[in-house]
Amino acid sequence: MANPASLVKYVLYLGDNNLILSQRLGEWCGHGPVLEQDIAMTNIALDLLGQSRMYCQYAAELSGSNKTEDDIAFLRKEQEYNNLLLVEQPNGDWGQTLVRQFLFDSWHYYLLHALVDSKDQNLSDIAQKSIKEVTYHLKYSSEWMIRLGDGTDESHKRMQNALNELWRFSEEPLIMADYEKDLVESGIAVDISTIRESVQKKRQDIIREATLSIPEDEFMQTGGKEGKHTEHMGYILTEMQYMQRVYPGQEW
Amino acid sequence: MTDTSPGTDKIKAILSSVSDPEIPVLSVFDLGIIRDIKMDENDHITVVITPTYSGCPAMNMIEVNIRAALQEAGFDNVNVETILNPPWTTDWMTEEGKRKLKDYGIAPPQGSVDKSELFGEDKVVPCPHCDSNSTEMISQFGSTACKSMYKCLDCLEPFDYFKCH
Repeated sequence: MANPASLVKYVLYLGDNNLILSQRLGEWCGHGPVLEQDIAMTNIALDLLGQSRMYCQYAAELSGSNKTEDDIAFLRKEQEYNNLLLVEQPNGDWGQTLVRQFLFDSWHYYLLHALVDSKDQNLSDIAQKSIKEVTYHLKYSSEWMIRLGDGTDESHKRMQNALNELWRFSEEPLIMADYEKDLVESGIAVDISTIRESVQKKRQDIIREATLSIPEDEFMQTGGKEGKHTEHMGYILTEMQYMQRVYPGQEW
Repeated sequence: MTDTSPGTDKIKAILSSVSDPEIPVLSVFDLGIIRDIKMDENDHITVVITPTYSGCPAMNMIEVNIRAALQEAGFDNVNVETILNPPWTTDWMTEEGKRKLKDYGIAPPQGSVDKSELFGEDKVVPCPHCDSNSTEMISQFGSTACKSMYKCLDCLEPFDYFKCH
């Protein structure tokens, strides 16, 4: 029997990835390179936020207190967020945003396909609901990887720089935290070893088609899943939580 | 949709006046988001709905509007429940709903859901204005989560496409 605390951490891990990436993508609102892509960023952000909401509702239910989804989303401290380091990295230029998105989607897509078979009905339901949306995300970010990687000298250079910058965060989703290992035994969490090959193959195929190269430096940074974040996280939360911190209980 | 109790015809008639605030020509039935209606002997009504896109901001509004429509008809004891499973699909949109969409200038979803075809052939989406099949996608994402942007290469009109989900 899995430790109930593990399930809460896992649900937060899944929800926080979407929440923080959504917040990041939302920063593009009104700043996209062209209107269509500005809208694409906010569309993807909205999908991720909606999915995050379902996880936050479930986490609130599991907490057994009178906490709401909003308390979960807005009133935790930095160390209590379990999101991947990848999703908190800055938008950078358009290329960096798309490389970050592709590294995320290429894992998220396969994770959800496996999470459908979770013995936890809520997680299975959320995964089924999210898959179709995330399929569009992966298609979108893959196409942009290829378009810009195999584009002009300038776009190629920027994409390679972005890949070099972000690659060290690419492995974290494929390394299981203790709470994941605990839940794998009871069939609740996805056993990453079952999707690792698919994720890596998708990444290699698209990166090759984009005429980019996988960085040789093999150092991989981890910690986000256990609440140890990069220096960017505090700034994200400061902005995201501002209204609830300054006007507690404020409603739309 | 299943009917689990008698007396729901009247409720259905009331709910057919509730529309999608983003696409007002579609009722909640056209969209296929009403999954169940239950009424007990005390006129306590439960309406079970399912969200379209996860982050669709219209869902909260639809819930409020369902409650308001029923209250206006004298049903004060209304509960709106949201379920995720089975997940909503555009396959549940009614034929009438698709016709209304086209008349409204939005190309209805074509065929069934793509089963995660990542780099499949793009679908042929006929122009809702001139019916030409010669159209191209401008952007996979549009003005709402459920739509893509297209352009007709014959009549040159841009249009929205309600994409498969």
